[in-house]
Amino acid sequence: MANFSIIAAKRILNAAALILAVVILNFLLIHIAPGDIVDTIAGEMGGISPELIAEIRADYGLDRPLYEQLALYILKILRGDLGHSFFYDVPVVDLILDALPQTLLLVITALSLALVIGTIFGVIAARRPNSAFSHFITVLSLIGFSAPVFWTGLMFLIAFASFIPLFPPAGMADLGLESGSLDYYLDVLHHMVLPVVTLALIYLAFYSRLSRASMLDVLGSDYVRTARAKGLSERVVVYKHALRNALIPIVTIAGLQFAQILSGAVLVEAVFAWPGLGTLALEAILRRDGPTILGILFFSAMVVVIFNLLTDLTYNLIDPRIRLGSKE
Amino acid sequence: MGHIDMTDQKSNQSQPASVTLEGAYEIPSIEHPLREAARMFARNKAALGGLILLVGILILTLVVPFFYTVDPFDLVWAPLSPPGTENVPFGTDYLGRDILAGIIHGGSATLAVGASAALLAVVIGLSVGSLAGYYGGWVDEVLMRITEFFQVLPTLLFAMVIVALFQPSVATVAFAIGVVSWTAVARLARSEFLRIRALDYVKAARSISSSNSRVIWYVILPNAMPPLVVQATLAVGGAILFEAGLSFLGLADPNVMSWGFMIGSSRDYLMDAWWTVTIPGVFIFLTVLAVSLIGDGLNDATNPKLRER
Repeated sequence: MANFSIIAAKRILNAAALILAVVILNFLLIHIAPGDIVDTIAGEMGGISPELIAEIRADYGLDRPLYEQLALYILKILRGDLGHSFFYDVPVVDLILDALPQTLLLVITALSLALVIGTIFGVIAARRPNSAFSHFITVLSLIGFSAPVFWTGLMFLIAFASFIPLFPPAGMADLGLESGSLDYYLDVLHHMVLPVVTLALIYLAFYSRLSRASMLDVLGSDYVRTARAKGLSERVVVYKHALRNALIPIVTIAGLQFAQILSGAVLVEAVFAWPGLGTLALEAILRRDGPTILGILFFSAMVVVIFNLLTDLTYNLIDPRIRLGSKE
Repeated sequence: MGHIDMTDQKSNQSQPASVTLEGAYEIPSIEHPLREAARMFARNKAALGGLILLVGILILTLVVPFFYTVDPFDLVWAPLSPPGTENVPFGTDYLGRDILAGIIHGGSATLAVGASAALLAVVIGLSVGSLAGYYGGWVDEVLMRITEFFQVLPTLLFAMVIVALFQPSVATVAFAIGVVSWTAVARLARSEFLRIRALDYVKAARSISSSNSRVIWYVILPNAMPPLVVQATLAVGGAILFEAGLSFLGLADPNVMSWGFMIGSSRDYLMDAWWTVTIPGVFIFLTVLAVSLIGDGLNDATNPKLRER
């Protein structure tokens, strides 16, 4: 266990360094961006004298050397201050925390569905590698990879919100429903179906293929042959011996892919007008609201780092073969 | 459409795979690995279908524009005319622009961005990965930290920020996509270099004091190529989807017609005019499908482990 705490300490330090790097990147992006907050204020105030501009600049610390500004910026972020939104005129942190639960609801539901169903599909396909079902998985994953996720979403809208109006076309809940009532939750569930299915489909395709490959690999290994030779039933061999090991790469990759999963969520939110981080980010970009968009970038990178850290640590706990220092 | 009549050719395809033995007592010549891979690829119906499909799409987007000269931004017919209307076989969008013209003229932007972004991703990824894998030690440590950093950035958000900071154009969009998609190539190149570096023929090359650059370029790289080519193909598919996503969100150059842009600009009308968003999406889908089929085929043809199956 002592070994594990060393690993954990190393990984946590590494994660902290990554977050610091993202902060520095964000700071640089703010400075590369043409126009700063003062230009925006000056623009809003109309005819403004150069002296006043210099004064505002000093107020925001923009006249100081770059490294001092960076230090101030890091201190600000440590205090949980991600800046103030130009467009919404509220702290960026508030905007993000308002949008985050909706995105997490969408992403976690879709990811869990894809993981569970994908693993089941993969195991079934791996047990009979040349069956029709196995080929179906191959075709499904090919289609899942090739179809643009936003287009799949729009096709679902045309099919199930327009031709056969089973589901609402946009949003998260109907207006006028009291938040917290049972009807409200049912309505959210109703609104969730299409976005979740759209997002889950791409990952379902991916995980079916991954778990099929992983399972095929494990089923061909010596210890599975030994288990079979002992006369264990096929079910015990597949589900007790093989599946456990086959799950390791699946869980790892699921964790490491969180960054891509968030990207998919941005597009799906845009298609279904789902009020989450992606919709907020897009709005911020279209409104040229720099602090908000950079705040979201920083925040999502942080979520990804933390998610990776957790996967990494669980991975170390699950799999005794992984030792400190092995990096493949 | 080009690819429909081409499927006939595909079904006529039959490959007699024969190894030529010149005389009974001669040693059979060993086939060049590239030729062997080409033969394996040609035997794979799905991969060949993908290749034919891709050629069809390339002809459609690069050659056909010279013959179908309708400007995709021109208002040519009544808005929202369904497909099959006179003069506009694919119908028109909400402004009355010809969708067929958009498909034909919009493909080149998508393909150009996809190809150049993938090229950028491969160049960065290959440089980083090969140096890290070859030199190991602190070089590896530093380069892999940088790779890790790019891996935690949510790709689409970061690309959106880059495009928003610098005016959207074909070049900035390609740059943004390339910069966020090289990490997979780097990881693969690194592990291949690590593996091959330890093999005897590399030791042999070193023992005759070949320079580092010679070992990297002439000894290791050719042997690391097959999986990297497959990864590069995947990167092209990914970059095309990425470009489509950015254009769909309205973040690409608004003066350049592209398939993603067509979907994005027409999405408000999808309830009344399904064809405006469906048709361009089918073409994105077919293009990425063609590239993925080719990638799968290359993987099967170059990976001896998969060949036995």
